[in-house]
Amino acid sequence: MASAPFCPLRPGRTAAHKNGMDVQYFIELFFSGLTRGSIYALIALGYTLVYGIIELINFAHGEIYMLGAFTALLVAGVLGIMGFPAGGILVVAALAAIIWSAAYGFTLEKVAYKPLRGAPRLSPLISAIGMSIFLQNYVLLAQTSEYLPFPRLLPDMEFLDYIDNIMGPSDFLILVCSMLAMVALTLFIRYTKMGKAMRATAQNRKMALLLGINADRIISLTFIVGSALAALGGVLIASHMGQVNFSIGFLAGLKAFTAAVLGGIGSIPGAVVGGLVLGIAESFTTGYISGNYEDALAFALLIFILIFRPDGILGKAKVQKV
Amino acid sequence: MLEVKGIDTFYGNIQALRDVSLRVDDGEIVTLIGANGAGKSTTLMTICGINRPRKGEILWNGEPIHNLPPNEIVKLGISQVPEGRLIFPDLSVRENLDLGAFLRKDKQGIRSDMDYVFDLFPILAQRRKQAGGTLSGGEQQMLAISRALMGRPKLLLLDEPSLGLAPIIIQQIFKIIQKVNADGTTVFLVEQNANQALRIAHRGYVMENGRIVMSDAASKLLESSDIRAAYLGM
Repeated sequence: MASAPFCPLRPGRTAAHKNGMDVQYFIELFFSGLTRGSIYALIALGYTLVYGIIELINFAHGEIYMLGAFTALLVAGVLGIMGFPAGGILVVAALAAIIWSAAYGFTLEKVAYKPLRGAPRLSPLISAIGMSIFLQNYVLLAQTSEYLPFPRLLPDMEFLDYIDNIMGPSDFLILVCSMLAMVALTLFIRYTKMGKAMRATAQNRKMALLLGINADRIISLTFIVGSALAALGGVLIASHMGQVNFSIGFLAGLKAFTAAVLGGIGSIPGAVVGGLVLGIAESFTTGYISGNYEDALAFALLIFILIFRPDGILGKAKVQKV
Repeated sequence: MLEVKGIDTFYGNIQALRDVSLRVDDGEIVTLIGANGAGKSTTLMTICGINRPRKGEILWNGEPIHNLPPNEIVKLGISQVPEGRLIFPDLSVRENLDLGAFLRKDKQGIRSDMDYVFDLFPILAQRRKQAGGTLSGGEQQMLAISRALMGRPKLLLLDEPSLGLAPIIIQQIFKIIQKVNADGTTVFLVEQNANQALRIAHRGYVMENGRIVMSDAASKLLESSDIRAAYLGM
């Protein structure tokens, strides 16, 4: 991997703070962990939603996130040339990325998973890995293998000056946007008709069919919602890191998958908790031990959770059918 | 109203239904009785479009429906209370009922039907905020019936509503079925509890090994010596 997808401490800060293990440093690590954790959570939600409905690990989900970042980059580039103001560009680019990635997610399901419904469980899994490789190489060929710079579109936020060593504008944006997205998702799932139908389909597909719920449509909706969240994560991280590459979806996807399992796959609050826990744990590892171990930590955590608590932090133990 | 004509249904290579024909007329309670594994549930699932017949046809008011997807069939006014009730365990009682009305848009009608089922089963009104999975077996059966009624069906299909319930609850459920029928819903009742089912039904069919082997007025079946020996233990 050419470079890690996330940088927990903004450049230039690390050295100064590494000497002292003070409270300030701790808080700084905590918040950078929260920032990356919210991105993990946004992506993990897509894994967990899809798993909840069709018990498939959509391994191409990380690529949807990457496509979101790329779409935003392209749209931002065009709008930048046309001379739009920076803040407006970010909003439009984010919306375009969300819509475009949602369309990708929808198509992905129709092309790669729907024909395999009813096939043995391994088949769609292999199809997912295939789609992941395909989408990466598609972007590699259509765009480039280089890291592309993502324009700085965020306005300075003066109210952050007091805590600017803890949180910059992009961290702030990540926290606010992901929190809003999660609240919106919760409200949608809990109170709307389609949200209830999604939960019903997840709990018992056959009964949902008997009530006239069109399961295919619910599955499509799930992919659309999950992809939109991943795209939002992609745009946020691109503007945070300032660069985009075709390969960023791979590791981020795996980490988010780890987060989803950590929290309890299939559980929506679980994905959020898992994402945040993983992000904070990685941040502390990087800050107190070494940045070299952050990926190792994530996957050690995955192995650990699979051995000792396979249902995750908030997952429910599956009751064997009698 | 509903006419099933010579259907064969398979699970893979295993034939579950053989040349099944039956009819349900407007306003009736018709029962289908038979032992475990006779094909009763498969008959209902085939009517609802979950299983497809390989041969034969299913007519709804003369129109073929055996090629429609399940949601279209529900839309026509056929609701099923499946075997085992299939309550959504993590959804509240109220949400379970809301989903029963998933295809409807008439808010007023939905509200009055909600009042109707709460009137039939006052216990559900008390427990409306509780998760479906926390209800007792009898309450879950009441919820399952209510959820189906929320679709305001013309034809209500019931699959073994008495299964696993205490005798006093069974009595109550069967009374409600009669009331629902009297209020204008046609009922097709699948039961192993032949005695109870034949007592409230107008007509009955007997199924064995995927075939209909007998059909008659319910009162005649109740008196038939074969039925008494095979299903009523007398």
